[in-house]
Amino acid sequence: MRELIWLLPTFPLLGFLSLVLTSGNLPKRIVAFIGAGSIGLSFLTAAIIAMQFIGSGEEYYVLEVWTWMSVGNFNPGFSFYLDGLSLVMMLIITGVGFLIHLYSTGFMLDDPSYSRFFSYMNLFVASMLMLVLADNMVLLYLGWEGVGLCSYLLIGFWYEKPENGYAARKAFVTTRVGDTSMAIGLFLLFAQLGTLNIQDMLHAAQSQWAVGSGLAIAASLLLLGGAVGKSAQLPLQTWLPDAMAGPTPISALIHAATMVTAGVYLIARTHVLFELAPNVQLLVAWIGLITLLMAGFTAMTQHDIKRILAYSTVSQIGYMFLGLGVGAYSASVFHLMTHAFFKALLFLAAGTIILSLHHEHDIFKMGGKRKQLPIAFASFLIGSLALAAFPFTSGYFSKDEILIAALEMEGPGLLLWIGGVIGAFFTGIYSFRLVFVVFFGESKGHHEEKEVAGFSMAAPLFILMFLAFFGGWVNIPVDAVFSHGEVPEEHHISLLMHGIMIAVPLLGIGVSYLFFMSKTFSVDKLMDNPLAASLHRFWFSGWGMDALYNFLFIQPFLFLARINKQDFVDAAYALIVEITRTAHGMIAKTQTGQLRWYALSIAGSVVIIITLGVLL
Amino acid sequence: MILVVLISILFLGGVLAWLSEGLDARFPRVVALAAVVIDLLLMLTLVGAEAGDSSWIVSLNAQWMPRFGVSFHLAADGLSVLMMLLTAFLGAIAIGAAWSEITERAGFFYFNLLWTLAGVIGVFTALDLFLFFFFWEVMLIPMYFIIAIWGHENKNYAAMKFFIFTQVTGMLMLVSILVLAYFHYVQFGWFSFDYFDLLKVNTSSSIEMWIMLGFFVAFSTKLPSFPFHSWLPDAHSQAPTAGSVILAGVLLKTGAYGLIRFAIPLFPAASQQFAPVAMTLAVISILYCAKVAFAQTDIKRLIAYTSVSHMGFVLLGIYAWNEQALQGAVMTMLAHGLSAAALFMLAGGLQHRIHTRNMDDMGGFWAKVPRMSFVALFFSIAALGMPGLGNFVGEFLALLGAFKTNITLTVFAAFGLIFASVYSLWVIQKVFHGAYRNTDFDDSHLSDLSRREMFYFGAMMFGLVWMGMYPQSFLDLSAETLGLLLNETDPVVSAVVR
Repeated sequence: MRELIWLLPTFPLLGFLSLVLTSGNLPKRIVAFIGAGSIGLSFLTAAIIAMQFIGSGEEYYVLEVWTWMSVGNFNPGFSFYLDGLSLVMMLIITGVGFLIHLYSTGFMLDDPSYSRFFSYMNLFVASMLMLVLADNMVLLYLGWEGVGLCSYLLIGFWYEKPENGYAARKAFVTTRVGDTSMAIGLFLLFAQLGTLNIQDMLHAAQSQWAVGSGLAIAASLLLLGGAVGKSAQLPLQTWLPDAMAGPTPISALIHAATMVTAGVYLIARTHVLFELAPNVQLLVAWIGLITLLMAGFTAMTQHDIKRILAYSTVSQIGYMFLGLGVGAYSASVFHLMTHAFFKALLFLAAGTIILSLHHEHDIFKMGGKRKQLPIAFASFLIGSLALAAFPFTSGYFSKDEILIAALEMEGPGLLLWIGGVIGAFFTGIYSFRLVFVVFFGESKGHHEEKEVAGFSMAAPLFILMFLAFFGGWVNIPVDAVFSHGEVPEEHHISLLMHGIMIAVPLLGIGVSYLFFMSKTFSVDKLMDNPLAASLHRFWFSGWGMDALYNFLFIQPFLFLARINKQDFVDAAYALIVEITRTAHGMIAKTQTGQLRWYALSIAGSVVIIITLGVLL
Repeated sequence: MILVVLISILFLGGVLAWLSEGLDARFPRVVALAAVVIDLLLMLTLVGAEAGDSSWIVSLNAQWMPRFGVSFHLAADGLSVLMMLLTAFLGAIAIGAAWSEITERAGFFYFNLLWTLAGVIGVFTALDLFLFFFFWEVMLIPMYFIIAIWGHENKNYAAMKFFIFTQVTGMLMLVSILVLAYFHYVQFGWFSFDYFDLLKVNTSSSIEMWIMLGFFVAFSTKLPSFPFHSWLPDAHSQAPTAGSVILAGVLLKTGAYGLIRFAIPLFPAASQQFAPVAMTLAVISILYCAKVAFAQTDIKRLIAYTSVSHMGFVLLGIYAWNEQALQGAVMTMLAHGLSAAALFMLAGGLQHRIHTRNMDDMGGFWAKVPRMSFVALFFSIAALGMPGLGNFVGEFLALLGAFKTNITLTVFAAFGLIFASVYSLWVIQKVFHGAYRNTDFDDSHLSDLSRREMFYFGAMMFGLVWMGMYPQSFLDLSAETLGLLLNETDPVVSAVVR
């Protein structure tokens, strides 16, 4: 069965092709069947392969399909590599992907571009599977760029609005900055190690590079550049909140559950390189920590339901980076999985709210919706509990593991742990702020409120609710990938620390309750303080990063483009033309046709020449 | 012999097309298409042919002007065959583009088109430098007529600019060729313009640099590279669609071919010394022209500047002079040939429908012409280097190879990947996305792509996917040529590096 792994990306690719070639002429029922069915088939295949692979006890399996290109010693192939890590990823992508596709068949039903939507979605899943199954960095890069393209296409799916197009281009160009860094990293790795096959490359690096060597630092930094772009971490995080312009299922699939975690996957996949550059690995942890705190602050100030979720995604990926930075790769991948469950759940539930309320996004224009939207309420309750790491929900287990690993780390570990715990406090606040404001309090909104949820939309929500709640009990088979044969140590965390980690999110939820439920405290009163108000504005704007980049990069580029539209090089050639013309005109003027003028000039010239001859 | 046949078919086909106009106005295009398709089929027989002991698959060497050592020496190896296939393929596409667009003096038009193609095939196969120069001129003059007669509002200016740029730099090359032949006379006692004879000439290093520069300027004007690029935007924006297709798809590639075949192998030491300068020019081309492209509002000017930017990767790859970089340059030539040709055809198609090239007047065409929009999206995505399509293979290999030679310049060149996404997506946004606007033009003729148009766009899409997914078919053809060139120049190059 394992040799059928090539079918995983092939099913969605065929779905994409058949939808594109029929160019929207199929009935919606058939489009839905192809669009969701192809992912369903992939999931079934993945599940069967996974069961067999785990049962066999193998560490890895390689399937070479064909050689992509062969130039000298550069021979990347269309080859797939299956191990515990890619196995977990492919199950998440096809599993959660299928649920979101199923949901979309209902959600997008009224959209005229139904077929275009599913064709892009299928292409996305195919690319994402390429990314995680690739056995070499070039094929991984193909998937990497492919998901970026689909992200662009789907953010700008409703292309009539220019602001959607802007968000789409912002996402593509920002991530491409990271991609380019990664590409340069690949050139460096190839020039130094002579191969881009991931496993060979990592072995070569281990044997050729000393820990802390300059090349290891450069290579891992360049790859990190790619990772922060795709995973929306500092300093390239600005695109993700704007990416919410796309249809909500896109936000769930691409901008929460799968694509944005590609950076986490990349670092986990190449963790050997990062271990050779301990300073860079520590940088990963700090990037994660700072991003998760900054995004946490901003999430508390947003009004748009999707932007709150977007910032919480940035923040949660920050936890994954933190985990990678402290060497807790399994924990990070575990958090990646649980996050995929509960964040997909939250986004899909947000989708039903938005659809029921006629595309209202502002949470302060909602209120008291728990009666009218019971499924969304249940989803949000479970999803937010998991997000806030409420004990025994899925998010609790994964976040706990990351924080414990940080605490056990020598040196800055304690600092990282404290930061992570503070972040968990904010998570509690912002996630339940959303729940309290939207579902409790007085009923607001003049829309007719009937929950839009047929079977196709409700079923994925229920399944995801189950996964978000119980997903933490799953044991992911990635230890063999990361342990290098070492036996994991037992944890020695004091009861006090455990207590803190459990109590802090609850504290956050409590604070949120006092502000937004019982109204014991009031945000408005807090805002009377000018310092608090300006802080609020600063956080709301995403720490002014957009303005900063606008000032540093966009405006100078536009300025340069504007002043040199005519291409000054051309002006240089025009100057030659002008000089020739002028000279021509001047000489032409000497042709007067008057004899005395000619005689005079001949005589004058003779005098000058003789004088020159005498003088020289 | 087959090479003579290939060229003759085009020359005769051109004459025949012109004459046939007297019978029926629709005949010229049929005759022209037939000639090009026959050529294409004949070329395919060369693909599978065995090269024997040398890399030359076919070769023909006849005396022409023995007194001056000028011979009629044509030969083709894998690289030539690849370039010829591109020429014939895009020739057929160009005829498709002209099919309904060119109605006035169609006979003379197809005559010029076929003669340009004949000149190009000659350039790709000539191994006598005098003959090479002859073909170099043959492809120039009919192209001048194509722009000057069937061009748009400012056609005379553009045609003249194109002519002067090419002619002046062509003269520099001629001087270089003559000096080189003279050196051969000094060293061996007889004149020769033959490629293989001239390869043996030893020139002193100071002179060698000047002769090499004569070639370099001619080729990098054709390519074009900064700072010799400014004829291209004018020529492209004024040329009829078929002219743009040939110009972007084929003529530019003769410059790159000349560098690979002549400029570097004839002067390996000087080229090696000059390489940092050439690679710097390449990087400036990539970044500077990408930036200027972004500023354009005329869609054809924009695509023209992106062409210069993409050809920068070719120049970079060539002067990096190693296997990956050279293969990358060749792949970029092929892939850019298709993607740029397709983009110019889309721009030409738009101009034909709505009589404007100004993007500020356009917007939201997706709703109106979805097929055309999808095709435009595909080729824009290809141009920005999406893996899975041909341009990625070319640019990635070129950068991968160049990185081994010059890290700093390669890193700067890689920034071109970011700029490419900026301008490519900007075009999509301006023309196809957003709300539909038709305030400044008559949209009654804005119809979606016809079946005929879909056919040739489909052919080019297929080509790009093929190049992107299984480039080996193309890489294998040029591998032997490039390997030999590298081997032959290796002693000199490594001596300079040391």
